[in-house]
Amino acid sequence: MSGQVDEGLRSELQKQGIWVTSTQELYNWGRRNSIWPLQFGLACCAIEMIATAASRYDLARFGGEVFRPSPRQADLMIVAGTVTKKMAPQIVRLYNQMPDPKYVISMGACAISGGPFKQGYNVLKGIDRYIPVDVYIPGCPPRPEALLHAFMELQRKIDGQKLTGEKKAPFLDRKQPSEFPVPAFGAHDLEPPANPDVFRPPVVERT
Amino acid sequence: MSAGFHELEEAPPLMTSRLEGDLLEVSMGPQHPSTHGVFRMNVALEGEIVRKLKPVFGYLHRNHEKIGENTSYLGSMPYTDRLDYFCSMTNNWAYALSVEKLAGIEVPERAEYLRVILAELTRLQNHASLLGFLLSDMGAWGTPLMYAFREREKILDLFESLSGSRMMCDYMRFGGCRCDLPPGWMERARKLVDGFPRFLDEFEKLIVSNEILIARTQNVGSLSSELAINAGITGPMLRACGVNYDLRKVDGYGFYPRFKFRVPLGDHGDCYDRLMMRALEMRESIGILKQAMEQLPAGPIINPKVKLRAFKPPVGEVYGRIEGPKGELGFYLISDGSANPYRYRVRPPSFVNLTILEDLCLGHTVADVMVILGSIDIVMGEVDR
Repeated sequence: MSGQVDEGLRSELQKQGIWVTSTQELYNWGRRNSIWPLQFGLACCAIEMIATAASRYDLARFGGEVFRPSPRQADLMIVAGTVTKKMAPQIVRLYNQMPDPKYVISMGACAISGGPFKQGYNVLKGIDRYIPVDVYIPGCPPRPEALLHAFMELQRKIDGQKLTGEKKAPFLDRKQPSEFPVPAFGAHDLEPPANPDVFRPPVVERT
Repeated sequence: MSAGFHELEEAPPLMTSRLEGDLLEVSMGPQHPSTHGVFRMNVALEGEIVRKLKPVFGYLHRNHEKIGENTSYLGSMPYTDRLDYFCSMTNNWAYALSVEKLAGIEVPERAEYLRVILAELTRLQNHASLLGFLLSDMGAWGTPLMYAFREREKILDLFESLSGSRMMCDYMRFGGCRCDLPPGWMERARKLVDGFPRFLDEFEKLIVSNEILIARTQNVGSLSSELAINAGITGPMLRACGVNYDLRKVDGYGFYPRFKFRVPLGDHGDCYDRLMMRALEMRESIGILKQAMEQLPAGPIINPKVKLRAFKPPVGEVYGRIEGPKGELGFYLISDGSANPYRYRVRPPSFVNLTILEDLCLGHTVADVMVILGSIDIVMGEVDR
């Protein structure tokens, strides 16, 4: 564990050419620097996602340029764009097909809450109703810098995940679900309208 | 169970039996690296040859028209940005043009010139990124797209300094434009326009006589001019079949009659022609841009008589159209005299151009389907609305 190695001793050893680390640190270092996103664009935000991966913003600096078209090879799902009720079941299915550990970035106003199209009858009011989201990026569409920032936040989150002990990462806990039920088309709306195990909106108490 | 609201969601099966005739049914999309968004095709294959193709739409249906009927005329302007999210400026212009036609609003000269400049810049970045995506679909993974996006970023920088947003510009207003050019903008734009042919030369050198590209695109997805006219195809796709129809010449909207430019035409109507059409159109756009930048007069940017807030046009109906980068983009509005349009209808070019996809793909291999789809130039935000 990183806590057991004294920082001063470690830097002293590094000067001597000895690099001391823990399994957890090495594991997380590898994971956070090779996040492979699912190549999956929904709407306008997908173009900014491509711009982030393209020449100027260069997502490769953060180890995230390997966009995989297959969910079986992906670590990260960037929900980039408006999620319609027709598309939501496919997104949940894609999420279920991704192997653990997996992360989700909800990119843009539409993926967070429905955004400008919230009043529409066919737009899902946020993908976090069905799958757990790690990082939210506001904006319509968010700038590529915002996506890079979300990427760095995710790296920070991965870096802090513990492999053992009480607070170990959820993907190591066998009791935590890694697949979620795929919503079905009902008479008027998707059924269920939200997954209560995932979606816990804040309760606003009015006095 | 009562009729579900997505009853039509599952497309009917293409074959009665999967074993019949040894056809294999493949569902491509909605999550597919080359379907340009969330488009799905059910393809019936005999070996590798496409025998039937059925497109499935609606994965990005965002109720654009219904929202348009429930918001004020000006309130729809930001939504038009999100129709075809590559070309927000031309979408804005088409909508503003329709409302101006409906209410009889005059546009000052400077605003008209700016609209032409911004529309042509939009055309440049749309066509450049289309070429990048198309080559990416063909297997030139990465490099052409990087080159195209390098140029696109420069144009987006101009849009951003002008309107505050890279993609969703929301710049046009009824009777003019929202704000005047920031200082130094014109010099930057001139520099970009002067430098753009270098990118085109480089790009054309890489692609025009590339053997793989020619093998993948020539005589693939040939479209006859009769079918194109009958199906209502517009834009570069129509002109690639040799039909001389460009709304900038036909309608002469904006100040386009004041500029000297040629309309490039193809003759085979195959994917190669459609691809080269974009490259040639970019060169013509550069010519228009140079003329417009030279002639740009000083003056007001917006008609001061227009009341943008509580805007109520007279009763009537109108169809306004412009030549967008993808084809004829039209808005059909019915006004009942209130603050909201009674009916708001978009005529999206990529949707109409997509209707002949099956005719183009039949008899080609499944790998060519992606090239044909890429050469049509669709954006799902506009197809599904």
